[in-house]
Amino acid sequence: MDDMMFLTFLATLAGAAWRLATPLIFASIGEIFSERAGVLNIGLEGTMLVGAFCGFAAAFATGSIPLGLLAGIAGGMLFGAIFAFFTITIKADQIVVGAALNLLGMGLTAFLFRTYYVSTGKGIEIAQPVQIPFLSDIPFLGEAFFRQNLIVYSTVLVAILASLVLFRTSFGLTLRAVGEHPKAVDVAGRDVASYRYAAVLVGTGLAGLGGAFLTLGHSNQFVEGITSGRGFIALAVVVFARWSPIGAFFVSLLFGLFYALQLMLQAQASIVVPYQVLQALPYIMTIVTLVVVRGKGAAPSKLGQPYEMR
Amino acid sequence: MEQVNQGVRENVYPQAAQAFGRTLRQAVINAATPAAAVLVALACGAALLWLNGFDGSDVVTVMIFGSFQDMRSVGEILLKATPLILIGAGLCVAFRCSIWNIGAEGQLYAGAIAATLVGTNFDGLSVWVHAPLVMLAGALAGAAWAGIAGYLKVRFQASEIVTTIMLNYIALILTSYLVTGPMRDASAAYPQSARLIREAWTPRIVSDMRLHIGIIVAVVLAVALYIFLQRSSRGFSLRVVGLNPYAARYAGMQVARNVMIAMCISGAMAGLAGAFEVAGVTHRLYQNISPGYGFEGIAVALLAGNNPLAAIVSGGLFATLRSGSEVLQITSQVPQVLVLIIQGIVILSVVAFTRLRDIRRIVA
Amino acid sequence: MSQKPFLRVENIRKRFGPIVASDGVSLEIEQGEIHSLLGENGAGKSVLMSMICGMVRPDEGEIVFKGQSVRFNSPREAIRQRIGMVHQHFMLVPNLTVAENYILGQGSPLRVINDMDEVHAKIRELSDRYALDVRPDAIIEDLSVGEQQRVEILKVLFHGIDLLILDEPTAVLTPQETDRLLSLMGDLAKDGKTVVFISHKLDEVMRVSNRIGVMRDGRVVHTVNVGETNARELARMMVGRDVRMELPRSPEPPGHIVLSVDKLTCRAETGLPAVRGVSLYVRAGEIVGIAGVSGNGQTELSLALSGLLPVDSGRVILNGKDITGLDPARINASSFSHIPEDRHKHGIVASMSLSENTILQRYDQKPFASRGMLNRGVIGEHTRDLIKRFRIKSRDEDQPIGALSGGNQQKLVVARELARNPDFILVNQLARGIDIGAMEFVMEEMLKQRDNGRAILLISTELEELFAICDRILVMFHGEILGELPPDRTRLDELGLLMAGQTNQPALAS
Repeated sequence: MDDMMFLTFLATLAGAAWRLATPLIFASIGEIFSERAGVLNIGLEGTMLVGAFCGFAAAFATGSIPLGLLAGIAGGMLFGAIFAFFTITIKADQIVVGAALNLLGMGLTAFLFRTYYVSTGKGIEIAQPVQIPFLSDIPFLGEAFFRQNLIVYSTVLVAILASLVLFRTSFGLTLRAVGEHPKAVDVAGRDVASYRYAAVLVGTGLAGLGGAFLTLGHSNQFVEGITSGRGFIALAVVVFARWSPIGAFFVSLLFGLFYALQLMLQAQASIVVPYQVLQALPYIMTIVTLVVVRGKGAAPSKLGQPYEMR
Repeated sequence: MEQVNQGVRENVYPQAAQAFGRTLRQAVINAATPAAAVLVALACGAALLWLNGFDGSDVVTVMIFGSFQDMRSVGEILLKATPLILIGAGLCVAFRCSIWNIGAEGQLYAGAIAATLVGTNFDGLSVWVHAPLVMLAGALAGAAWAGIAGYLKVRFQASEIVTTIMLNYIALILTSYLVTGPMRDASAAYPQSARLIREAWTPRIVSDMRLHIGIIVAVVLAVALYIFLQRSSRGFSLRVVGLNPYAARYAGMQVARNVMIAMCISGAMAGLAGAFEVAGVTHRLYQNISPGYGFEGIAVALLAGNNPLAAIVSGGLFATLRSGSEVLQITSQVPQVLVLIIQGIVILSVVAFTRLRDIRRIVA
Repeated sequence: MSQKPFLRVENIRKRFGPIVASDGVSLEIEQGEIHSLLGENGAGKSVLMSMICGMVRPDEGEIVFKGQSVRFNSPREAIRQRIGMVHQHFMLVPNLTVAENYILGQGSPLRVINDMDEVHAKIRELSDRYALDVRPDAIIEDLSVGEQQRVEILKVLFHGIDLLILDEPTAVLTPQETDRLLSLMGDLAKDGKTVVFISHKLDEVMRVSNRIGVMRDGRVVHTVNVGETNARELARMMVGRDVRMELPRSPEPPGHIVLSVDKLTCRAETGLPAVRGVSLYVRAGEIVGIAGVSGNGQTELSLALSGLLPVDSGRVILNGKDITGLDPARINASSFSHIPEDRHKHGIVASMSLSENTILQRYDQKPFASRGMLNRGVIGEHTRDLIKRFRIKSRDEDQPIGALSGGNQQKLVVARELARNPDFILVNQLARGIDIGAMEFVMEEMLKQRDNGRAILLISTELEELFAICDRILVMFHGEILGELPPDRTRLDELGLLMAGQTNQPALAS
């Protein structure tokens, strides 16, 4: 009987891990696009917040989750356009601009939320789990993997699609070259700045989607600072995943597991560790990740550097 | 500033007069960028308010002048300026060494925790011992917290941007654990620590105002850091490491040690800010003791052009804006987070104006 | 000329700021020939070719290709006209495969790459035809430099070019790889392709060319048929004059050995062997030169001596003290001065003032600092003194050094290093990128130091510089010292032959 309980626990844990990994999967795959093109966007946290807010606001107004998700993507991309303008066109320092956008994202979303929504106190209808016929009936596995909402399922699609775009299209090929040897791309007749813009916009669009999931597929409310550092953790996920979308999917799942463990163990009264230890787990693991996965081996060699044409 | 003095002293030479004029012009140009950035940010803030149905017409005046009502309100502004000047000046040192310490918020909390530990224990010490001891504990804890990220960078090349941010969250969680657990004042309804012993409190400047001597310490330390950066040998090598690490290696400077020093100085300043918040303002440790001073300090440093002396001014300015936004919230129900938006736009404007100035200079 | 030339360059001028790179250069190239461009560093060979392949736009003049005046705005337009260039710094993306590099920028950006099999087949076919041994699925960063170069050449062929420009292709190759490249150039010419070969290695040029253009000071000064000349004559044409700068020096014989290097080996940052067992010594009161084509290990030798690159084996003794592998601070403190090759990377901090740049190594030493604080008065006075003594043109000592001309920056570096009163001075490229006036000044200064009993090691690719001031000249080739020549009894062309790896004593060449 105890074994059964444990298996159920594991199944719930795995399901929760995937769900909690979802925003990280979107954001880190987005950041991979950006970094592969040589642009380090530490403004990811602010971008996700904007996505979360826009998604919430759109769904609140229309009652439609798909529209909410689109709004989240659009909000992220708008923020990305600001980042791209400052870092690519003006060639300002990527770290400073990213830090500014984090403040801006935090401030804007909190400002608008307090102005329009906080007094309503109302939430929205979140995306409901879709049970996949037959598969969801498999004991334990069904519970873990086939009773999620569509946004969670879509992470698999996004990871595969991102991988195909990066590694099987001319766009992806050029994008990877831009982060590695921009001059070669220039000589081959492609505009480096356009590719960096495109990469940043794809990246921030996905980060916006990751943020929107938090309000549309996870919690039914916007909360100030709802991302609670996921944008920064995504940066570490990218390093751990060695800039591979499929890798980012699995590394995000690992971090999702830390989040899930924290939530589920908090619920268990018998656990003696203070819940804050579990709460800190994702953050501690992020630092551990950076220490263990050392070196810049796989990092795009022009990461963080503006491209100056002669 | 020291160049101005030199110019006056050597006024016998016509060359010196020229140099003085040049310095003056340079000072005006240097001040023009941040001033323009602040104006742009305030204008954006006003536009944002207007777009959202608030009366944005007087936002600029309220934000800048609204909080100057009497001595007490000036005292409150200076109270807010204290952590901002401390953190901003400390971050100037880190940024000058090209160390991206984004973790001042966590370092502030580390300082606050240590200050609380020292301030709630050691009963019977005189105020002359206990109060400074609390400050020292805060500074050391902040330096140690920052030192973790510095060590990970030097030893494992772990990006200090990510590690300092993660350490922010960890420090916040640690604080929450302490005030709900081991350090909790059991008699209180809300999670908070016991009250600090009287002798551990940071002395006030005027007995009926909250303003404490922290503001004096902050200004003195900012000046000291300016002198350290510009006039000391170690400060010189920090700047060389920040500007050209290859030349630093060639010249025989120890890059790793300088990175650690810059990290720890900025951490100590943030830790001290945390100590003052506990020992000078709240006298207890709370979960949300900082309204984001650690992040605001980044904007303070950048607006100051990474010059600790200028951080006194920009810290004061941000404190004014913060107070002004409180007034705005009370009088016009404008959410106070407006101040974050203005900070973000200030940073963006500073980098944009600086870049454009550089580009013009190259073309000219 | 019986018919219109394949490529004609007419009176082209190009300036980069104050530097004149092309000074009304004209050139004609026939279809199907191998045309070499010979010249010293900075003669303007690479810039000329960059203009032909669309990388750089000329200020004035005309380029006529296949009878038509052309003006390329990008390399892509040149490739469309079937002109391709293999650059000294490869335009290959290191983490992509060979085939991926070839299709980079080809076709619509939104295209799905589904024709890789055809691309691979085409690469294999071309590779077989010219015996290039290029595997289409190899990743660039796994390939040796020689292999990467063949990949670059094949890339140009893949794009279907008629005019192939090779910029110093042999600088990075082993002798075997060089042989292979030279025979490939012959094969290409036989197939009707036209090849422009930029080099400063006489023997290679003599072996493959039909005609040779000699460049000097941004112009083509001679064009000769290969059958009508010899290496010796070419060397003279390249340098321009046999006249040497006559600089007065005392005839004092050199003193004791100050620096001795014993079988030093080290690797470049890429991990490849760069210095292979170099032994040498420098005595007090002499200037020892190291001549060589750039990229033969000189950079790594100077970095290893000054502690900036780890030493694999061997020993460096300075004043009887072993300084092998010490950190730069300890070496700097051992009476060792270093005028670095890359001034902007190592030598100066551009945004700092002249004063600050003069104390780069001594910022924490008396009299410039006491009790941890800088003595600004002393520093300023010292800098003003150097500015006066070395005639550095600057507003004052507080001006950022980046605002000065290259010559004045270099003068400050030289001034700083000499002011440290070293017993030994390592100089890498004394006069790179500086004007004639500054050059003569710093060379005279070096001679004064020599006469004052300093030991000086001067690494240079500029033969004139070496001949003007050195007491002995060593020749470095492929990380080894090939031989030693006394400058007063050696002709330039003899030195040139040795720098090209041609030695009459095979035992030395190993």
